[in-house]
Amino acid sequence: ISAKMVLSAVDTTHVHTVLDHVKGHEDTYGAEALNRTFTSHPQTKTYFHGKDLAENSAYLHSHGKKVMSALVNASAHCDNIYGALDKLSDMHAHELMVDPANFPILAHNILVTLAIHLPQVLTPACHVSLDKFLCEVGDALTHKYR
Amino acid sequence: MVHLSADECKDVSAVFSKVNVDQLGGESLASLLIVYPWTRRHFKTFGNLSSTDAILHNAKVQAHGAKVLGAVRDALKHVANLGGHFAHLSDLHCQQLFVDPANFKLFAGIVSIRVGQTMRQAYTPHVQASFEKFLDAVTDALAKGYH
Repeated sequence: ISAKMVLSAVDTTHVHTVLDHVKGHEDTYGAEALNRTFTSHPQTKTYFHGKDLAENSAYLHSHGKKVMSALVNASAHCDNIYGALDKLSDMHAHELMVDPANFPILAHNILVTLAIHLPQVLTPACHVSLDKFLCEVGDALTHKYR
Repeated sequence: MVHLSADECKDVSAVFSKVNVDQLGGESLASLLIVYPWTRRHFKTFGNLSSTDAILHNAKVQAHGAKVLGAVRDALKHVANLGGHFAHLSDLHCQQLFVDPANFKLFAGIVSIRVGQTMRQAYTPHVQASFEKFLDAVTDALAKGYH
């Protein structure tokens, strides 16, 4: 897969700045981002039938940690996000099949969560870089769908 | 037609009472122009929008953002008939300003994020859900008159 360079050196620096603050808080921030997604967009719960999605549930924390850890990992490979997320891309295409419309919804709620916990870090300049990064992640996870 | 419950309206009211609407509006519009640069196409008469710094210090951007968010806040009193309330503004945005309604949704997303920055944990998931539902209703009403 040829890497699509959408993130500049400045974007990469900004992504690292923000994600460095996420390290150590993957489960809390992840759980909160998921909870906000489920609360404001209840249709997203359709992918989690049978799971305990109550605020602060063990499942929310473990799944939130998985999601945020994957983002932290991807942030270490801003020059090749598609490559870094290759296995997760396969999983989303062949097993999970989460509708592509949902990735911007989760991305938004990740940004709201980060804005709440890191208000000084999420400057407008960092915001644009992080938004680009999250779009790139969404594209990487859905590009094998068809 | 979107219906907001009494509780949801209360949540929205609480958000507006806890933020400085002028400041939030100005900062949100500035952020919109930074995060989604293509939105600058509608502000060619606003002077220097060539850099993040220029945008953040642009007085016209601050003033216009304050005006826009003030109108959003005032719309809460007309939540039972947002379509009617925004009929004139919808027409204006379609016929004279030629603004793609997709821009309204981009602005709403940024406002919600900045409210989070301001209100912190007080912007609970439920308050966020109510506030975003209200913003969706406003953006729908603004797009309603397009033809």
